Amino acid sequence: MADATTEEVRAAPTGQARQEGDGAARAEAPARPSPRARPEVTSGREVTLLVWRGDASGGSFVEYRVPYEEGEVILDVIHRLAATQAPDLAVRWNCKAGKCGSCSAEVNGRPVLQCMTRMSLFDPREPITVAPMKTFPIVKDLVTDVSFNYEVASRIPPFSPGPPDPDGKRRMAQTDVDRIQEFRECIECFLCQDVCHVIRDHEENKRLFAGPRFMVRLAELEMHPLDNLDRRPLIRGEFGVVMCNITKCCTEVCPAGIHITDNAIIPLKERVVDSYFDPIAWLGRKITRRPRRTPVTRPWSAEAAS
Amino acid sequence: MSILERGPGTPVTIGGVRGGPQTPTSRRDLWWVQPVVVVLGLTAFVADGLWAALRQPANYYANPLLSPYYSPCIVSNCKYVYGPIIPSWWTYPALAVLIFPLTFRLTCYYYRKSYYRAFWWAPPACAVADARPKYTGESRFPLIFQNIHRYAWYFALIFAVILSWDAITAFRFPHGVGMSIGSLILLANAVFIWLYTISCHSCRHLCGGNLNVFSKAPVRRWLWKRISPLNEHHMLFAWMSLVWIAWTDFYIWLVAAGFIPDVHLLGAH
Repeated sequence: MADATTEEVRAAPTGQARQEGDGAARAEAPARPSPRARPEVTSGREVTLLVWRGDASGGSFVEYRVPYEEGEVILDVIHRLAATQAPDLAVRWNCKAGKCGSCSAEVNGRPVLQCMTRMSLFDPREPITVAPMKTFPIVKDLVTDVSFNYEVASRIPPFSPGPPDPDGKRRMAQTDVDRIQEFRECIECFLCQDVCHVIRDHEENKRLFAGPRFMVRLAELEMHPLDNLDRRPLIRGEFGVVMCNITKCCTEVCPAGIHITDNAIIPLKERVVDSYFDPIAWLGRKITRRPRRTPVTRPWSAEAAS
Repeated sequence: MSILERGPGTPVTIGGVRGGPQTPTSRRDLWWVQPVVVVLGLTAFVADGLWAALRQPANYYANPLLSPYYSPCIVSNCKYVYGPIIPSWWTYPALAVLIFPLTFRLTCYYYRKSYYRAFWWAPPACAVADARPKYTGESRFPLIFQNIHRYAWYFALIFAVILSWDAITAFRFPHGVGMSIGSLILLANAVFIWLYTISCHSCRHLCGGNLNVFSKAPVRRWLWKRISPLNEHHMLFAWMSLVWIAWTDFYIWLVAAGFIPDVHLLGAH
C-alpha cells in the first residue's frame, strides 16, 4: 500500500489519552456522534481503518480496529470510531442520505461520499484508508476548507431574465427546461472539484479554472431559456473551460449521476467554439441577424451589483 | 495563504496545507489497467494503419471490395478511382485521404480523453497525480487546434457517405447483384462509421445542443433527442468502428493477395 507506510501509521491512542494530549483538537471536535450510530455490535465483524488524523501542522494515518454490521456504510463505522475510540475525530456530515454533500472524503484513494459507500465493497481482511479531500486545505482530520468553491460561485453572474410578459409573468415550456433539470441535481459535495486534476494537481490553476461544479452551474445558466446574459466570454476567459481536457473523472465520481462532461462541459466548449473558432457560425449570425444576448465580459461581484 | 488579485483568472484564495498522504495516489485497485489497454489498442491501430497505407503491393481492392483505408481513392492509377485528383506518381493512395478521418478521431472528445489519460498521463486515472508539474489544458498551441473538431466532423460526414457507397457497391458483382462475406463486412463497416459519426458531440451540438429554446425548433429538438442517447455510447462506437475498419482492410488484403477466397453467400458472382 503506497500511502500507509510503517512510518506514517501511528498506533491508535486510547480516546482518553488522545483527548488529554490534544486540547485544541478536542475543542474543534464534533461531539455529535450519529443518533443512528450504535457502539454495540453483535455481528463479530471488525475492520481495520487507517484514518487520517492531523491538521495544517501535519498529520498521518492512524490505525483503528472497529466493529461493523452488515449493511453499514463507511460513515457508520467512522461514527462508531468517534463514539468509542476517537471522540476528537473531526468529520463533517449531515444528512447521511447522499443529499447534503457534507461527508466527502477519499476512501482507499477514491473520492466518495462516506454515507453512500457500503462496507460490503471492501475486503474485510484489508485495511481501509479514509483521508480528507486532497484538493482543499485541511482544517482537521477529515474536514477540509472548501471556501474556494464559494469564492468562485460568488463570481458567476446570476440568473438574469429578460422583461416579463405583458401580464407580468414569465413563461417557459417544460421541454426547454428538461435539459437543465439534471444540473439542479447537484448537491455541492465538491467531489468533482476534488478529483479534477486541473486543480487537484496544480494549485495555481485554481485561478484559471473554476472546476467542474461551476461548469455545471454555468451550463445551467447558459442553457436557461429565459436567461438574457451571454456568459461565453467569461466561460472561455475567467472560468477557463479551455483548461479542461475532458478526462471525465468528474462524471465518474458524481454521486448525483450528473453527466458533467458530456452534458455541461463539452456543450460549453462547443458554445465557445461557436463564438471564437467558427467563422461559419459567425457568418450565420451576421446573415440571419439573430438577436444576441447581452455579453458579459466581467465577472459578477456583489459590490458592483449593489 | 495568498490572495492573487492580479493576473489572469479568478482572484480566489489559493494555497494552504493539504491533508492526506503526499503520494501520487492512494488507490489500491487496478487503475493502471485501462491506460495500458488504451495504449495497446491505439498503438496497434496506428501500426496497422501505417502497414495498410505503406504496404507494397497494396492489395486494397478485390472486386467489388474496396478497403476503407483507400476510400475514396483519388489517385489517377487507382484500381477503383473516385476521381483522378492526384497524378499517378503518388505511390501511397491511402495517405492522400487518411488525414481526414485521422483528424476527426484525433480531435474527437472521446479519443482526447483516452489519449490524454493513457499517453499524456494527465491524469493516468482519476485521483492519480498528473505526470507533469505544469498543465495548461487546451488553452495554447497546439492543443487549441482541438477546436477544429466540428470541421473534421463535416469531412467525416462526407466519408460516411462514401463508405456507405462502397458498402452498396460491395453487393454489385461482375455478373449482377450478390452477397459475399466481404459485402457483409463492408456493410457493417458503414453502419459502425455512421454510428460513430452521428453520435459525435459536435454533431449533437450542431443539431440542437446550441439552442436554449427547443420549443421553437421542433425539428432540431427531435434530432437532438435522437442523437443524445447515441452520444452516451460514443466511446463504444469509437472502438467498434476503429476495430472494424482495421478488420475490413485486413480481410480485403487477404482476399486481394489470394490468401483466402471471399466466400459467396447469395446471388450472382
